[in-house]
Amino acid sequence: MALIELNQLTRHFEIRPGLVDRTVRGKPSRLIKAVESLNIAVGENEILGIAGESGCGKSTTCMMIAGLLPPTRGQIIYRGSDLATADAAVRKEHRRNVQMIFQDPYESLNPRFRVADIVAEGPRALRLWDQKEIGDRVESMLAGVGLNPGKYTERFPHELSGGERQRVGIASALVMQPVMIIADEPLSMLDVSIRAGILDLFRELQDQRGFSSVYVSHDLAILGNVADRLMVMYLGQAMEVGPVEQVIRSPKHPYTRALIGAVAVPDPRVKRPVPKISGDISRPIDPPPGCRFAPRCPYADDSCHDTFLELDTSDPTRHQAACHRLHVLPDEGL
Amino acid sequence: MTKVTTADEFVLQVRGLGVRYQTSQGTVHAVSDVSFEVRKNEVFGIAGESGCGKSTLIRALLRLLPDNADSAAELALYRDQDLYGLSDADFRQNILWQEISLVPQSAMNSLNPVYRVGDQVVEAIRTHRRVSKAEARGRVAELFDVVGLQADLMQSFPHEFSGGMRQRAMIAMSLALDPGLIIMDEPTTGLDVLVQERILRRIREIRSEISSSIILITHDIAVIAEMSDRIAIMYGGQFMEQANAIDLFENPYHPYTLGLKNAFPSIRELGSELISIPGSPPTLVGPVTNCPFQPRCPFHLDRCASENPLPINFGEDHQVRCFRSEDANQLRHLAAEKSTWRSLN
Repeated sequence: MALIELNQLTRHFEIRPGLVDRTVRGKPSRLIKAVESLNIAVGENEILGIAGESGCGKSTTCMMIAGLLPPTRGQIIYRGSDLATADAAVRKEHRRNVQMIFQDPYESLNPRFRVADIVAEGPRALRLWDQKEIGDRVESMLAGVGLNPGKYTERFPHELSGGERQRVGIASALVMQPVMIIADEPLSMLDVSIRAGILDLFRELQDQRGFSSVYVSHDLAILGNVADRLMVMYLGQAMEVGPVEQVIRSPKHPYTRALIGAVAVPDPRVKRPVPKISGDISRPIDPPPGCRFAPRCPYADDSCHDTFLELDTSDPTRHQAACHRLHVLPDEGL
Repeated sequence: MTKVTTADEFVLQVRGLGVRYQTSQGTVHAVSDVSFEVRKNEVFGIAGESGCGKSTLIRALLRLLPDNADSAAELALYRDQDLYGLSDADFRQNILWQEISLVPQSAMNSLNPVYRVGDQVVEAIRTHRRVSKAEARGRVAELFDVVGLQADLMQSFPHEFSGGMRQRAMIAMSLALDPGLIIMDEPTTGLDVLVQERILRRIREIRSEISSSIILITHDIAVIAEMSDRIAIMYGGQFMEQANAIDLFENPYHPYTLGLKNAFPSIRELGSELISIPGSPPTLVGPVTNCPFQPRCPFHLDRCASENPLPINFGEDHQVRCFRSEDANQLRHLAAEKSTWRSLN
């Protein structure tokens, strides 16, 4: 059984016009369709990478899985029960077991809390253990993420470097002993030489304690390094999903091909071909039906503008793309 | 490929440049003893992490430092003009924008929100050149075409532009007066992959059309590899290593360069192990008496803690600041092992 299963998960945001526009001028509301009919499952001990550009809905998806944002439509199934209808005990268990690591280590820590209190906040709120045990667990967790407890427990966030803050963020997620970590661009604010260390830490902890993860990033090189499976999103729709090596080495969808082709390579001899893509990314405000990438796609035909091909996620190992036109695409390898 | 370079091939020559900040913690030596040349029509890349002094270095060259900073150089020549010898007024009138222009780091937020984008570029032109509004507008339309913006977008306000479009508008502005040198400080940081790709491609096209040189500053090793002819790796306020791009990536000497290469993932090499550099960058308070990388360097000798190595030349175009550069072959092998870097902890 999958740990988390998203079933037709959809989130729309309404943009309501101002009072005058609404009542006097009769302007209608518009809808931002941030996430549209997402189907995906994450198994035990699996790291699912989600890639995409700004506005593709990757952060909205994270918020919904973590229970921080209710879906407009569709279901989040946690260990077999639908969170929307599940009883309080299941929801409480979900809240403890699914933890989030935030993007910005500078803004996600309470500046008035000392490191020990930041990490202890979750267990105290849920009264997981008695005070003494919470203290012990916080100390061993800090040591586990490479922060010497004797040196760091009494410090405030402003006394820490970016890498140390991110470690505190990881410790406060892991101290809850979650079965799933949702990491929303956890490295994007850190310097290159420190990133690899945090990635190592993440993988080591995953080996030791075993947890699943949804790892969101715009950086495909990092996702290629950390994820088991990769899902590529564009304006709220899933474009392609599959084992990470297959998706990156032989992408199927025209968008995935363009995206992977656009990633700069740290080798001055490499000359990349020009990605086959036109125009700019738009916003998913009142989008037409069909594939949202179609307006920029060199291979699109009428069927693409009319209907969107949803991914079939019954077989999680399958590499597949949500594209009507796969049969006309040229073969390209990297 | 050996090329004899004569002085008139240089657009910019800098020797022994240093910048100090007076702060409540003491004197911060943000940049020390930096020397380099930028040749005609080349892209000179400066790579380094936060706090390494790369932005301070170019602010010093452009006289944009805050009041608590002072900078000095043995030599700082733009073509044949001594940059430190000019008065502020002279510098602003004749060098800034005319000869050396800047695409600032937060170019996305550098446009005035209440003026139309086209008018802002027109204003930049008319501040320095006596041309009519109509002529200036014609020039802006040309520039917009060069950076891939439609001419009718001149009428737009910055908020109507996407991040990538604003960045392109800033690049158009930097090209406005045909400068000999354009300095781009993190021109694609914070942009999406596809937008970044398009801007970098556009910069490459522009460079083949005009005769300007470019200094490109970034923390992104992949961007610097793809864009630069020559590269300097900066750490703790110094250029640890500089060389032509291919040589730097294929025959790196400095342990910091070796470490950076290990730490940076490549989409072409999935599954290769990433190795971080333990420790954190120096604070640079007080005079430089050791190699700034020594505390994080797995290969350091005793003398690295008490002496700062001077640059040593390897071949035509490769300089390294390291006492162990003679052992580079051995260090390259060792640096590829994770245990080498772990031993420091």
